[in-house]
Amino acid sequence: MSRPGFADEGGSLMIEQVVVSEPENEARSVPEAARRRLAFDRYHLLRLGLVALRAGPLLILVLLIAVVAATTPVFRTSTNLGNVLSQTSVISILALGQLLVIVTRGIDLSVGSTIALSSVVGALLYQDGHSSAIVIVAILATGVAVGFVNGAIYVWGRVPHPFIVTLATLSAVRGIALWASDGTLIFGMPGSVQKIGSDRISWFPISYFVVIGLALLVLILTTKLVWGRWLYAVGGNPDAARRAGIPVSRVLITVYVLSGLAAGFGGLLVAGLTNAGSPNYGQLAELDAIAAVIIGGAAFAGGRGHVGNALVGALTIGIIRNALNLHNVDAFFQLIVIGVVILLAVEADVVRGYLENRFRVAQAARHA
Amino acid sequence: MSAVLSERAAAVLSVRDAIKRFGGVTALDGIDLEVHAGEVLALLGDNGAGKTTLIKCVSGALRLDSGSISMDGVEVAIHSPRDAQALGIETVYQDLALFDNLNPIDNFYAGRELAGPGWVPRSLRVLRRRRMRDATEEVLERFQVVLPQLDGTVGLMSGGQRQAVAVSRAAAFASKVVILDEPTAALGVRESRKVLDLILRLRDEGTAVIVVSHAMDHVMEVADRAVVMRRGRKVGEVVPSAETYHEIVSLIVGGAD
Repeated sequence: MSRPGFADEGGSLMIEQVVVSEPENEARSVPEAARRRLAFDRYHLLRLGLVALRAGPLLILVLLIAVVAATTPVFRTSTNLGNVLSQTSVISILALGQLLVIVTRGIDLSVGSTIALSSVVGALLYQDGHSSAIVIVAILATGVAVGFVNGAIYVWGRVPHPFIVTLATLSAVRGIALWASDGTLIFGMPGSVQKIGSDRISWFPISYFVVIGLALLVLILTTKLVWGRWLYAVGGNPDAARRAGIPVSRVLITVYVLSGLAAGFGGLLVAGLTNAGSPNYGQLAELDAIAAVIIGGAAFAGGRGHVGNALVGALTIGIIRNALNLHNVDAFFQLIVIGVVILLAVEADVVRGYLENRFRVAQAARHA
Repeated sequence: MSAVLSERAAAVLSVRDAIKRFGGVTALDGIDLEVHAGEVLALLGDNGAGKTTLIKCVSGALRLDSGSISMDGVEVAIHSPRDAQALGIETVYQDLALFDNLNPIDNFYAGRELAGPGWVPRSLRVLRRRRMRDATEEVLERFQVVLPQLDGTVGLMSGGQRQAVAVSRAAAFASKVVILDEPTAALGVRESRKVLDLILRLRDEGTAVIVVSHAMDHVMEVADRAVVMRRGRKVGEVVPSAETYHEIVSLIVGGAD
């Protein structure tokens, strides 16, 4: 057993360092240098690839807009652009909530049903003659309540995965909406709700102002405040987060409450747009929201994703639908296209993971 | 040997008569342990000797069934990792407890972010990012840790760099004791070297360092003192040197001298 220069006295350490490092320097001959240069180039190539993948969803959206605008004159009209934004606003808001959930490795399947229930609650209260302020607060509070139930059952009930909890509430909340409304559409929404849901300033829909406002709030929450750090820490390594003293349970419950609140805002916009509440609103909206977050480039495995991902993903879906509509493509075909785009986005995430592994090796070689 | 040890001032950390049972198994069977400022203590022993249980009790992950823990001669209660951290004890477990999706700065400050203002609930305070970055840079420079970039996520770093982030994070926040569980187990020669240098720098700054390791070469190199455990008891306390190497090995495996 050879143990050169262990520390029986302080000085022997230095000696060992010199002895170890010198022969290695001599051994670094020409092929070694060439190999290192190659590793260096690979490092930059991989880095470029990762940057491209990170910017990928936005580039694809820009490309999509350019192609559709060039091939479809109607698309460029301000009325149509307003339509696109208006049709995208609910998905965008749901995607903002879903983003927070997905960053913590979760999923919220209940948001579509929550849209229905909150619109029904609002319509019933308005029918009973309550003021518009009460109607708006009740719509949003319904979302918060459903979100809280999701989070509380998931965290305190120690359910292994939020998929199960929110699958249950997807069913139950829709059921409550059907029961409360007798399964029928209830007409009538306060003027202010109608305004928020359907009015436009020039061509720009007010509903998209709501999107922008909520996006700014989520942006501040995720990037500027302590809570945002906790969010990403919980998503990156829940055990380590707990050991670091981060209130993991509270963060998780808050995430589902915010996703529920987002669904409440979704319900508000849908109810305003249609001047009604209905137990059939928001069907499959949860899948649109999840698709938007993934298409936008957030990681389904959690820990990574930002506001830009949610908005870009939602716009991509909205523009694909709009373009296919303008070209009178069958609605069935739209579903296929969206499905393919989701698969491409997930595959891009796989490629990204692969490149990151290669990058780690290249970087270690470079800094050795 | 023990005469030399008792010459020193009160230990920074001392554990007295610690007992910990898991069901019918006695993991710690009345063990005593002391570490002094500016000392590297190696905790040795075969698998199941109770090393990990002991450091978990000191770092607040487990609670002793009986026995006492004192810091600077004053008995303390350690019931959670937070308690240990507040007393100036930081632990680096083998899994490193890093956040792969965050950069080194955010890893340093996860759970103890610098933020304000104070009257706002903690979760809604605004991050003081510049201060956290400056402080992290200062610590990394002090320990001569070189990282590719402070903005890159830790998940994209090599094993040695990740270990360096975890150890320097512990070092930055530990005012008294740093505990390292197998700090070189997953590393190559060159990267191990860097971590060992980091341990020595920590010692030179006056921190007490406890190292749990199976790598005898590394122990012999950095440890000022080695405590050997077997079946939850201390079976020997040795100053590592060429002469005592075989003594330590036979203490670990339990062979008769």
